[in-house]
Amino acid sequence: MAMTVRLSEGRDGRLLYASRVRWARGIIILAVVVALEIYGRLFADPAFLQPPSEVLRAWFVTVLPDGRITSALGMAAFEIACAYALSVTFGAAIGLAIGSTAFSRLALFPLILLLYAIPQISFIPLFVLMFGLGAASKIAFGFTHGVLPVIVAVVGGMKNVPALYVRGARSMGLSKLAIIRHVIFPNIAPSFFVGLRLAMTMTLLGVILAELYVSTAGIGFFTRMFADNYNPAPLFALIGSLAAIALLFNGCVRILERQLSRMHSGAPAG
Amino acid sequence: MSRTTLSAHLIQFGVIAILGGAWYWSTATGSVSKLFLPEPAAVWLAFSHLITTGQFWSAVKVTLTTIAQAYAIALLAGIGVGYLVSRSRFLIDVLEPIIAGLFAIPITLFFPMFILFFGIGTGSKIAYGASYAFFPIALNTIAAFANAETHFLRAARSMGASQWDTFRHVLIPSALPVLLNGMRIGFFISFASVLGGETLSSVAGVGRNIALAAELMESARMYAWIAFVVLTAVMLNLLAGGLETRVSRGGDGAWR
Repeated sequence: MAMTVRLSEGRDGRLLYASRVRWARGIIILAVVVALEIYGRLFADPAFLQPPSEVLRAWFVTVLPDGRITSALGMAAFEIACAYALSVTFGAAIGLAIGSTAFSRLALFPLILLLYAIPQISFIPLFVLMFGLGAASKIAFGFTHGVLPVIVAVVGGMKNVPALYVRGARSMGLSKLAIIRHVIFPNIAPSFFVGLRLAMTMTLLGVILAELYVSTAGIGFFTRMFADNYNPAPLFALIGSLAAIALLFNGCVRILERQLSRMHSGAPAG
Repeated sequence: MSRTTLSAHLIQFGVIAILGGAWYWSTATGSVSKLFLPEPAAVWLAFSHLITTGQFWSAVKVTLTTIAQAYAIALLAGIGVGYLVSRSRFLIDVLEPIIAGLFAIPITLFFPMFILFFGIGTGSKIAYGASYAFFPIALNTIAAFANAETHFLRAARSMGASQWDTFRHVLIPSALPVLLNGMRIGFFISFASVLGGETLSSVAGVGRNIALAAELMESARMYAWIAFVVLTAVMLNLLAGGLETRVSRGGDGAWR
């Protein structure tokens, strides 16, 4: 280990080390896939586990040509996008309102944290009762999951905004929006970005929980059907597609974050 | 208690009282269907009836045992794997992004697979809760041990501390706050995911009873179960918060 540390000094050493890390990571992932393939082909009960190649085949044969499954996947993506947009908008607005004074933070923030501590899954039947089996209940459930981390992040960031800056900006006649844009945002940005990422994780969780809970339509119907028929290859293919959608959304959030932080660093200081 | 905190508490109670009042008022005037929102009295009646039944306690027992088993597995695996990975910079650089990347995918997606592999009994909930909670515990363990101050470690070694002494008196105290944070997150994730697994698909437990009451349209009983879950979660949270401040204060003391 001491050798590698010494080796990794200097630019060439660092590049060499980085490429070794990347190789090792690739080999590990490849080894897992190959192991699953061998195990799935030779030992596993095909009613429970199928090798990755069969899952890929099922994706092309069963999942992709079935219009009902692809539209269910598209619907899930739509629900995630809607729920996330609502979470960020309302979360930022509520967070700014609660975080604006020390007193409102003291009085209202504990209530938000209290809400955050409650496992929302116990409310899922209510959401379905109120919003039905369609997209509305899933968007609503994704929203209640996603909005809390945004509020917490914004309020947490607002604590670090020096009151003097806000007072100074106001006395120099800046509008509310300009204060948010030029004084508050640069100060809460790091915390806000963490909140944006966490909100996506939670929104995904909420939408997927609701999708799986409703087993008469959408994704939940198909996962239930494949699982009940002991047909794991299309089940894994469907889950894999959803995982890809989740990764796509996470990637979008990261791009959004990069754009926003460029905007943030481009903002004139003071 | 200063005047500011007093009025803050007054506002908090005020908000809760307004919500409670709105609940009472909207059901008393009949503006909301009883199916969505039964009267507080009906929920209270259902709750007090529920806790006298053996069915309630057996469901609670099933859920608590499942959570305990899932959390125990997640702790052992998460701290074990996290500690082993944290021992080498190379392993951290290779494996940490894989673990973090997997955690970015909601594990809930794989819930149907757990049902397929382990059936709809408690086994699938244990496996689901354990694998969900594994990730934050492992990631925090890696962060906790990897970020121990190297000059403290070097100083301890140069002063002739044995490997065990270094571990016990330098590594553990410096890792404890982050480690505890991971353990707390892991606990609440296993709590929520066991409940979620029971609600989605199972034969017993608290989550199953919530879903069952909803299917049977017995909303008063469903609210009674939900109230039980909410109260439990809030109390556990307060408990965990108190425990954490006490232990990490003790950890701080070990530095001085």
